[in-house]
Amino acid sequence: MVTRGFFSGRRPPSDTDARIPPGQYLEQGFPVLSAGPTPRVRTEDWSFTLKQGPKPLKKWNWAEFNALPQSKMTRDIHCVTAWTKFNTPWQGVMIDDILADAGIEPPTAYTLALSFDGYSTNVPTKDLVTGKAMVALLYEGKPITPDHGGPARLLVPHLYFWKSAKWVNGLQFTERNEPGFWELRGYHMYGDPWREQRYSSDP
Amino acid sequence: MSAEPSPQSPWQAATITRIERRTPRVTSFWFRPSRPFARLAGQHVDVRLTAPDGYQARRSYSIASAPDTGGVELAIERLDDGEVSPFFHDVAAVGDEIELRGPLGGHFIWEESDGGPILLVGGGSGVVPLMAMVRHRTLRNKAVPVALVFSARVWDEVIFRDELIGLDDRRDGFDLVLTLTREPARRPSDYSRRVDARMMAQAIERLPKAPRLALCLRLERLRLGRRRCPDRRRRSGGDYPHRALWSLTEAR
Repeated sequence: MVTRGFFSGRRPPSDTDARIPPGQYLEQGFPVLSAGPTPRVRTEDWSFTLKQGPKPLKKWNWAEFNALPQSKMTRDIHCVTAWTKFNTPWQGVMIDDILADAGIEPPTAYTLALSFDGYSTNVPTKDLVTGKAMVALLYEGKPITPDHGGPARLLVPHLYFWKSAKWVNGLQFTERNEPGFWELRGYHMYGDPWREQRYSSDP
Repeated sequence: MSAEPSPQSPWQAATITRIERRTPRVTSFWFRPSRPFARLAGQHVDVRLTAPDGYQARRSYSIASAPDTGGVELAIERLDDGEVSPFFHDVAAVGDEIELRGPLGGHFIWEESDGGPILLVGGGSGVVPLMAMVRHRTLRNKAVPVALVFSARVWDEVIFRDELIGLDDRRDGFDLVLTLTREPARRPSDYSRRVDARMMAQAIERLPKAPRLALCLRLERLRLGRRRCPDRRRRSGGDYPHRALWSLTEAR
């Protein structure tokens, strides 16, 4: 349905058009959205735990985690509130390297990312491995600020950004695809921006 | 993607029935959806504009009107470098059809069955979904005590000002705690500074008991000292707030 009187707007140049998923617009800033107050997690209190169901598999403190091999990812990110930001530069530990340090293969097909503030979000395990995702420690070369999820946040850039849990403190492998915080509140179980999987009713 | 809403499409055409300026930068638009639109106080809609060449822009806007009232009121703030809000302010007219999707969002809501007291905290246009809750409470259950802490820059930018002050003057359990960050307070009970922990504590004291629910929107600089929140949680037996503070900086 064409909207009367709507013509131009903030149409992206055609060379960048192909990088903007349907229904998204290009944002230069970095908007902040969160479901609760910003937790201030001190690095001395920080830890990261891999779990299978309730059973801990391996736990790292801040120094141990920072000693893991670090990688860089520069990616376009897409928020379900319709902004897309190009070329965001992150550095952190790939999920592959976390699993390697724990000496395990992914035990189940599904994962819940868990956060210090009680937030959780589900991601299929295959979307976390083979170079697709990391636990990010730096943004633009600097420690991630608390409002953007520091000291560490999950980065799964090929899915809507609510899947990239802020203040992440663990990954829990689950037998079933268990919905997380927003997925219980009407958002999509997978969240592929290119298929516009925003809400649970989207295909 | 089809441009015309199909029976399965979550998008529907809604007709603009009324337009009313609220403040110099905020205008309310009332929509009549073409399909049933049962909603909860605090939910939002997605709005989609389509250009003749198929280009689409979409944004989310909170609903200001109470759930059981006729039209869907969106109070839209004009953002000069925005894409959708200038269209609404400069182009949209009564009778236009706009595509809506919704209602959406199941987290930031208040239902009558949630009870109270409720502490609502909002800055600027963050008051819009809180207004739906205030109106819902006024229509459905005035026994629920509500304190609304509302921060605006100046008196003329207080969205829904006359309506809120009118509700406050009834003294029926709704308390408006207004604070202006760039002007002196106009009413004796109001403030003239940013929302801070002391103001929040005083707002909570206006309620008959600790709030069951606290909702906070659009206050970027709100800092409630670490010590205060756990104290309040203890005071109300561990379930405060069952939907916690939310701060939001919206994208254009």
